[in-house]
Amino acid sequence: MATTHDAHADHGPQGILKYLWSTDHKVIAQQYLWTGVAMAIIGGFMAYVFRMQLAFPGVAVPGFGVVSPGEYNALVTNHGTIMIFWVAMPVLIAAFGNFLIPLMIGADDMVFPRINRLSYQIFLLSAILILASQVVEGGGFGGAWTAYPPLSSMAEYNLTPLGSTLWVVAVGLEFVAFLLGGINFITTLMNARAPGMKAYDIPIVCWMIVMASILFMLSVGPLIAGAVMLVFDQTIGTGFFNPAMGGDPILWQHLFWFFGHPEVYVVLLPSIGVVVEIVATFARKKLFGYRLLLWTAIVIGVLSFFVWAHHQFIAGIDPRMANIFTVTTLLISIPIAELFFVVFATLYGGSIRFTTPMLWALAFIATFIIGGMTGIYLGSSGADIYLHDTYFVLAHFHYTFFPITIIGGFAAFTYWFPKMFGKMMDERLGKIHFWGTVIPFNFIFIPLFILGLGGQHRRIYNFQNFPELAAMQPVRVLATTAMLVMMGFQIFFFWNLIKTFRKGPPAGKNPWQSNTLEWTTDSPPPHGNWPADRMPKVYRGPYEYGHPDRDEDFWPQDLPPARGA
Amino acid sequence: MSKPLATTRSATGIPTGRLAVWWVLASEVVIFGGLLASYLMHRVGHPEWAEAAAATNTWIGAFNTFVLLTSSFTAVLAHQAAERGDGKKAARFLTYTIGGAATFIGVKSFEWATEIGHGFTITSNGFWSFYYTAAGLHALHVIAGAIIMGFVARDAARNRELHRVELIGIYWHFVDVVWIFLFPLLYIAK
Amino acid sequence: MTEHRHPNYRKIYFTLLVLLAVSVAGPFVGIKWVTLITAFGVAVVKANMVIQNFMHLKWEKRIAKYVLAVSLLLMALFWGGVAPDVMKHAGLRWTNDAAMAATARGIGPAHTETSAESHDAAPVAEHESVPAEPAGEEPPPVP
Repeated sequence: MATTHDAHADHGPQGILKYLWSTDHKVIAQQYLWTGVAMAIIGGFMAYVFRMQLAFPGVAVPGFGVVSPGEYNALVTNHGTIMIFWVAMPVLIAAFGNFLIPLMIGADDMVFPRINRLSYQIFLLSAILILASQVVEGGGFGGAWTAYPPLSSMAEYNLTPLGSTLWVVAVGLEFVAFLLGGINFITTLMNARAPGMKAYDIPIVCWMIVMASILFMLSVGPLIAGAVMLVFDQTIGTGFFNPAMGGDPILWQHLFWFFGHPEVYVVLLPSIGVVVEIVATFARKKLFGYRLLLWTAIVIGVLSFFVWAHHQFIAGIDPRMANIFTVTTLLISIPIAELFFVVFATLYGGSIRFTTPMLWALAFIATFIIGGMTGIYLGSSGADIYLHDTYFVLAHFHYTFFPITIIGGFAAFTYWFPKMFGKMMDERLGKIHFWGTVIPFNFIFIPLFILGLGGQHRRIYNFQNFPELAAMQPVRVLATTAMLVMMGFQIFFFWNLIKTFRKGPPAGKNPWQSNTLEWTTDSPPPHGNWPADRMPKVYRGPYEYGHPDRDEDFWPQDLPPARGA
Repeated sequence: MSKPLATTRSATGIPTGRLAVWWVLASEVVIFGGLLASYLMHRVGHPEWAEAAAATNTWIGAFNTFVLLTSSFTAVLAHQAAERGDGKKAARFLTYTIGGAATFIGVKSFEWATEIGHGFTITSNGFWSFYYTAAGLHALHVIAGAIIMGFVARDAARNRELHRVELIGIYWHFVDVVWIFLFPLLYIAK
Repeated sequence: MTEHRHPNYRKIYFTLLVLLAVSVAGPFVGIKWVTLITAFGVAVVKANMVIQNFMHLKWEKRIAKYVLAVSLLLMALFWGGVAPDVMKHAGLRWTNDAAMAATARGIGPAHTETSAESHDAAPVAEHESVPAEPAGEEPPPVP
């Protein structure tokens, strides 16, 4: 196609239009990234408010006021919803997927740039809607992120008719945005690779993001149907989930969790991909078992469709069905453990560089293991009878989601920041931020395991109303205090950002001495990523570190083989 | 704006646009599949819904099936013409397909107006809720497909982007396939 | 760009119309099984003809066939996991009588049916060593 050389001459929109109307995958990536960061601050603020209420019930929370029970419900509901759909997914999948995939496979952009732009615009609309739902008359939806009917379907129960419908529409639009984006990622990875890049030369993080997109796309369909049914129940009085009209609330549970369970692997896989890239680079060692890891991830993806009803163990499902789902749930822990063994085996014997990204990657491993192991208790239907809907569940999923979203997110951010912005962040500030986040994190959620085992249930705004639980109040105060400390330490991150943007040292093309293709172009990459006549060709896999044939301990993918070799 | 180099590559051997359409279809299969599975579970579990189901008009449903099958036929003839490079002919067949879509929507509007007039609304009972939701979601896909097809036809008439004729055709056949299942589910299974 | 052959589209189209007629005529025979086969069997055949011939899936690379097959299999999985639960819910209390009966058979006559036990005593597992019920007669919690 003769126009491709001209394509690079077309620099894309300039000025303010660049940030609103660009189709360049790197710009779209940043749009998703900063939107995700903004939503994280909002979601984090919600957590701050409700944790203050739990530690000091009835006391006016600085920056918010007194928290009413209805507001408490809206806060916990929207904290969860926002963190999953407007922070975890946009940062890990949309932002880093958009930024990395074309660069890492040696392409000049995604294959459908305009659909890419459209996906962000729909996503932005969904973010505006979910925020709007918080401030409309009646308040934000408070029926939990799981939105079970009849609470979610009947305004006479949820008392938030506007907020509830806006919530469902916002989530539905977010789904559409990610369906569009996902098709771009999948098709780009499958088709647009650099010459010479075979399937097993693709960096793991790209595989993981694409697998996550496939998992998402295949699991969200029934829930989209369900969301349409729920909106109709809410607004026009149908009875899809109303037994009196021939409907069934349990159907919603199935529709939701058939998606809801694969969804957690949708966010887990990209995070593990990020960790793999970082570990290989900073252990200076070839990834142990590329194909093993890849096929294990595929097995996890497949198995993830077979475990969903472990969220419904005490919903009155057939106990025989509960048995089956216990078995499948325990089974899925095996390939996940496998992934971690691959990472350990890569670290073993490596020459480890403890940079800030590496610290985040290692912290991911340490904390996620705790989350994963506590999942085994919850996945056993017998134990779950006691533990369901307690703070044990909450601590379990924060020991998984927090490593995935926050720890994995910071790992990716600090690792690829030099490439995205052309500057090196301050390592000292980075390490202070790291320790100030990870240590307090444990002091927030270990207490919550204890509270959960003690019988404390979720979604209750004031435990002083329960005499048998009131005595554990010091534990709640400890958790909240740790959260305040952790939030305080985020200042170091923003300080680092501002300092680096103003006068950080230039990064150069490949500050980490990594092998993958994104490090062969300028930092930040130009429009089109490489000059049109010098698009990279690939000669080897992405993890050739410490190769005996080389003097240097890394071997970029695009270096032609030595003459005569 | 010009297409990126990435769009022209094809490591799988399938042109990028067509590969994307298969993935779009996969995502639509699970959306409609989820909705129709939910409907079927309820329908089988509620034998008393047969009374409501008896009120749908099988002849109108059959006519609309005929219309969509015919429109699929014209769509694939458009594809054949596009492959031979005859953009004008392809555009003509696509226009017939859009005409089929319009006929389908027209007949459905008349059908629904009649049913609503008889008091069968979306809130009448569970069967009717699913009936209007499923057929309505399908009709939205018909309308969206027809609009996109209009743009493709306009380009094809000028012999531009002829590969898109096949792509919108594949989507259109999928819309037809969904109706092929909706017809027995909503009209014949009484 | 033409990697595939073109079947006789006219023949396919007329076959589809004949099949449509069959599916409309089916209910007039009056036998339920005939109606089901003419309605849904014909639908499957028609859909297959459209997919293979009009969408040219017959000549498409394998990966596309796998992608579509996986989406269909997932719908089968969805049905298999959800229908047994949803279709058993009768009336406003949605009790699953079949499951309660099976659980009762598994526990044995000496114990009352509480949900704590019904999770332990799976009919498929053979262990009879169900621990003694600590609290006694509590009715199953209404979901």
